[in-house]
Amino acid sequence: MSSNLPLLEVKNLKKYFNIRHKIFSRQKSILKAVDDVTFRIEEGETLGLVGESGCGKTTVGRSVLRLYKPTSGQIQIKLDSSMVDITNLSGRELMPLRKSMQIIFQDPYSSLNPRMTIGSTLREPLFAHKWGTKEEQEAQVLRILKAVGLKEEHLKRFPHEFSGGQRQRIAIARALVLHPKLVVADEPVSALDVSIQAQVLNLLEDLQKEFNFSYLFVAHNLFVVRHISQKIAVMYLGRIAEMGPTEGLFNKPRHPYTMALLSAIPLPDPEKKMNRIVLQGDVPNPIHLPRGCRFHLRCRYAEKECQEREPELREVGEGHTVACHFDF
Amino acid sequence: MEPLLQVRNLKTYFYTEEGTGKAVDGISFNIGEEKTLGVVGESGCGKSVTALSILGLISSPPGRILEGEILYNSRNGIIDLLKQKPTGELMRSIRGNEIAMIFQEPMTSLNPVYTVGDQIVEAVMLHQRLPKSQAKEKATDMLKSVGIPAPEQRFKAYPHELSGGMRQRVMIAMALSCNPKLLIADEPTTALDVTIQAQVLELLAELKSQYKTSMMFITHDLGIVANIADEIIVMYLGKIVEKASVKDLFYNPQHPYTQGLLNSLPTRDLSGKKRLVPISGVVPSPYEKVEGCVFHPRCPLAFSDCSSVVPDLYVCTKDHYAACLLKANSKED
Repeated sequence: MSSNLPLLEVKNLKKYFNIRHKIFSRQKSILKAVDDVTFRIEEGETLGLVGESGCGKTTVGRSVLRLYKPTSGQIQIKLDSSMVDITNLSGRELMPLRKSMQIIFQDPYSSLNPRMTIGSTLREPLFAHKWGTKEEQEAQVLRILKAVGLKEEHLKRFPHEFSGGQRQRIAIARALVLHPKLVVADEPVSALDVSIQAQVLNLLEDLQKEFNFSYLFVAHNLFVVRHISQKIAVMYLGRIAEMGPTEGLFNKPRHPYTMALLSAIPLPDPEKKMNRIVLQGDVPNPIHLPRGCRFHLRCRYAEKECQEREPELREVGEGHTVACHFDF
Repeated sequence: MEPLLQVRNLKTYFYTEEGTGKAVDGISFNIGEEKTLGVVGESGCGKSVTALSILGLISSPPGRILEGEILYNSRNGIIDLLKQKPTGELMRSIRGNEIAMIFQEPMTSLNPVYTVGDQIVEAVMLHQRLPKSQAKEKATDMLKSVGIPAPEQRFKAYPHELSGGMRQRVMIAMALSCNPKLLIADEPTTALDVTIQAQVLELLAELKSQYKTSMMFITHDLGIVANIADEIIVMYLGKIVEKASVKDLFYNPQHPYTQGLLNSLPTRDLSGKKRLVPISGVVPSPYEKVEGCVFHPRCPLAFSDCSSVVPDLYVCTKDHYAACLLKANSKED
């Protein structure tokens, strides 16, 4: 009966921030960080959320975990085979649900408490959620520590004794120690060196197989999410420009922005440099959104219609939707 | 023809409480006229210290250049930059004028309390000895040539009023304002979004051919050097492990480290199906002492000699060098 329910369902999520221009001015403007975003994640599935800085991808991730209170919309998560609406729950009501939803941050240098040993960092979530007996907790910490490739002797050390890659492993262990159903990974490899990135990406993939949970994988590099995601959503200025199955999106991107984003990533092949689409201009300020399609100012296919009417997401293939007036 | 810059056996060490950090440990390379040299490596491999050593910007203490030569083919003949006083007249007339640099983070390298125009004017007046009115004209021209819209208005803008991409364009305008012979770009696009990065890379390539500048492009991104460089050196823990032309390096990598780096890139396999092959282990800290080949603790092909013998740069094919003992016997070819 529960098999058709997704793990996470987000409907028409909006998150606006009030911005005050000057310290004492009363004039406020509204920054629409996330402006009507709808998606779902199935159990054990990974959705890659891609976009440039300021597109709202991190805000989506944090709203889903209710680290932000959404301006409007609905967030439902499946718990014990029924959907629970967490959109308006209070902090206290959320507390017992938090063990099912965890986050891995981008920068392992600032996301670990420098004064706590790795052991106490990993024990804390178990303690806070009153998970099992003391012995069970110890066993769980060891189990998760081994799963991320660290050793028992590391438990007594402090974060500064570890390299960036190892610290990210600790942050991953902390997120997984309670066996969450949903993990938001917010740019988990972008602060790491190239050779370490691949280690951590493989680890994230292996852990998902071992513990069977879902990722909302936020990243700016399409190729990074490709390896790990079944579905990808490309965001631009607070909206989803295109969403679809990974292979479909890579083989036949339908939105001009996705095409440009794909071609802008430099490939390690000296002969593949020619067909790059260079977008003109910067991302517009999200406080003053352009009229019509958000992307039309930088789009080389833009026509009159694009200036006037904002395109809705429409289906172009199985599970593949795109917000563009035209077919490519 | 003499290369524009020849670095010979450069050693820059840092003496700190933690011990001696061999940031750059005996590297040699050339940069030819109007060529682009890509310098690739992970953080801590010494790529930025190499750039700072060339410009005489190593703060001492804790840093010290132990030995080596940096022969620069200047407008007045060949000079060894290491023999000059870093704060002396000659070095100051070269730095920013003949050899210019673009840094990674444009927000921290521009002065926040002066307008961007004034900052370019300052460089032009200092190096080109132009009166202020002409320097202003030159600065506006430069802003225009780096593709900044409405340059007359942007001239009066402060750095915080510009976007990241625009600030980096200002840095490029400033660096090129004195028509340098060598432009050192240290991770100039790392802080930018991919679509803006594409714009800046295109601009750099365009200006480089327009101004006939040589370039040393430092980055950790192998994708970028594939697009922009003529020749590449790969650095690991202060040493050059491989040196080759772009095509040789990407189609026929010789050093296990280069091969490992390429295999760990998610962009290497375009079908997206293969699992990434990471390099095991972590980069040791530069204070750790590694006997033999610096890469052997992480190398999948390491054998007994690797932990005791320090490999030279061996010739693999013409103009293709790798510092790996596995290539040692090909030296006779």
